[in-house]
Amino acid sequence: MADANRKRWWLAAGVVMLALTGYFSARLLGDDRRLFLPNATSHGHYQIELACDACHTPFSGVKQEACNQCHGEELAAVNDTHPRKKFDDPRNADRLTVLDARYCVTCHVEHQPERTRAMGVTQPDDFCFHCHADVATERPSHRNLAFDSCASAGCHNFHDNTALYEDFLAKHLHEPKLLAKPRVATRDLRPWIKAVSTKAYSHALTRAEADAPAPVVAKHLEEWAGTAHARSGVNCRECHSPVQPNGMRASWQDKPGATVCASCHEREQQGFQSGRHGMRLAQKLSPMRPELARQPMKADAHGRELSCTSCHGAHAFNTHRAAVDACLECHDDTHSRAYLDSAHARLWRAEIEGHGAAGSGVSCATCHLPRETLRDGDLKGVRVQHNQNANLRPNEKMIRAVCMSCHGLGFSIDALADPSLIARNFSGTPARHIESLDLAAARLKLPRKPKP
Amino acid sequence: MRTIKTVTRSVLPLMIVASITACSSGKPQAGLSPQQLTDSLHLVLETDRTVYTKLIVNRLQNEEKVIKASEHWKEDKALVLPAQMFRAGAEMAREKGATFSYSLLSTWPINKQNAPKTDAEKTGLDYIAANKGKNYYTEETLGGKKYFTAVYADIAVAPACVTCHNGHKDTPKKDFKIGDVMGGVVIRYPLGS
Ligand code: HEC
Repeated sequence: MADANRKRWWLAAGVVMLALTGYFSARLLGDDRRLFLPNATSHGHYQIELACDACHTPFSGVKQEACNQCHGEELAAVNDTHPRKKFDDPRNADRLTVLDARYCVTCHVEHQPERTRAMGVTQPDDFCFHCHADVATERPSHRNLAFDSCASAGCHNFHDNTALYEDFLAKHLHEPKLLAKPRVATRDLRPWIKAVSTKAYSHALTRAEADAPAPVVAKHLEEWAGTAHARSGVNCRECHSPVQPNGMRASWQDKPGATVCASCHEREQQGFQSGRHGMRLAQKLSPMRPELARQPMKADAHGRELSCTSCHGAHAFNTHRAAVDACLECHDDTHSRAYLDSAHARLWRAEIEGHGAAGSGVSCATCHLPRETLRDGDLKGVRVQHNQNANLRPNEKMIRAVCMSCHGLGFSIDALADPSLIARNFSGTPARHIESLDLAAARLKLPRKPKP
Repeated sequence: MRTIKTVTRSVLPLMIVASITACSSGKPQAGLSPQQLTDSLHLVLETDRTVYTKLIVNRLQNEEKVIKASEHWKEDKALVLPAQMFRAGAEMAREKGATFSYSLLSTWPINKQNAPKTDAEKTGLDYIAANKGKNYYTEETLGGKKYFTAVYADIAVAPACVTCHNGHKDTPKKDFKIGDVMGGVVIRYPLGS
């Protein structure tokens, strides 16, 4: 009797276990894995938090490789101040027991909202102390500075110090607020496109030469005829019926996908898929929509999906629209709302209305999708970085590549350290002064002009 | 006769390095003591370092004055400093899985991260500065692992070494002379656990 009871009990337990296993497996393997999300993810990863395997491996945790895949290239590009290779010499073993700086996840632990600080760091803010406790011996000016202020006072970053190191500060000590010729570089895709397409730039096309099958939509034809595509010989079929790897043209597609854009604009697509606009696509998730954002977005933008054409449109590929109007169709935070009344916007309007010099206008894209001079073997040219988050946090990343095209270093550092000035989209003057230039000048015994 | 000697002197260590790298099991090759191993490594490192300083930096910067060496070599489109060249090699070797490691340190460092840190480093640097021509060998435990640690003098072999260090804004010592011990090369080889 007792035996039979026990058997029945085991049977029931088995069935329950099986059912639970089945349920959890189905949830894990299915599309909706929210059940397994331990806690809110950081601002950097929330969009892809359900693509668990973007970071996690079965049974062996989060691999460093996962971090490198998305962030490795940018760290290398900014000459990361604390790369892994600085730490893996055995002479650093004692340091690593305190803070294992060889691994990203030592400082950037995910799913820990209550201890995630600025920049997604989950270490106490004074972590610099572990290795730089004796900083005041060489730099007495630092004696009374708190270790939780190294990275928060506008002076240093852990990774990107491209505009903050002493010799750079010294080189740019006496720059005015506004440089004599404030201009951004001119975009130049030509050398790159020529390298991937033998046909591009063969000759400028007219409306009569458009090779779309009838009936052609007049508006599309008109828009295309005004573009760089038409001017540089990119006809309708290059996108709507592109040549495939087998040499044959694909059948006509009314709405070609992003892969067609990427066949010439691969780097732009890579940038797009690295930032908040396109990172979901990189993980094979549905496209980003404004209502999924943590930033304030306009209600009437809800439901729109982000892709190349959401900002660039199709056919017209109007870069002016992509640089301001497209942003403001969705973004609704204080900084974005203040843009149109800013000095930057006045310069932008002047440039696109034809009375400002080329490169003198400052659009949203000027700062957030900056122009970069790139080198790739023999190729050299200026392209637009389409990862609009690459220079945002910490914002000192913007100084060198963006602000200093037009402003002096000292002014740039001060401006980016003033959150209310940023909220006003830089209408006004910085209310804060960061001492780094003064300290560098004093240490190197260089003259420091009195502040105007 | 002389040629043969030179050849063996420069090829032997290379073969050793190759075999260590190829078989990074952590055990010294049969017949080689840890000291022979670090000595050979040091011979290659020191030779390459001298060649780079004399043939590249000293010639082009100090003699011909056609290009400078700069800490910010990428930015300044300049030559890599000898110390950076040395470190870049050390880092690349580690990245490739070398079991040994090496670094360039000094009691008078421009870069304070190059100051001696472990007891072996401190004693070793003092020893090689006080006993010219001698190397320092010891064993030490770092992060629970045992290492054979060797320290070799790093000598001012070219005028470039001296002028650059003495004139550098961050140097704690401004009176180095040619032939002086400026610091030391520390090589570590793991001795199993
Ligand atoms: C053009 C300038 C320059 C030249 C030439 C130069 N050094 Fe250095 N050296 C430096 C700098 C700068 C550092 C610190 C680099 C670092 O660690 O990033 C350094 C580092 C060192 C170190 C490690 C300790 C320290 O000071 O940080 C030693 C030892 C050293 N150099 C010795 C030499 C010797 C010997 C030579 C000649 C063979 C030489 N240097 C040539 C500039 C120079």
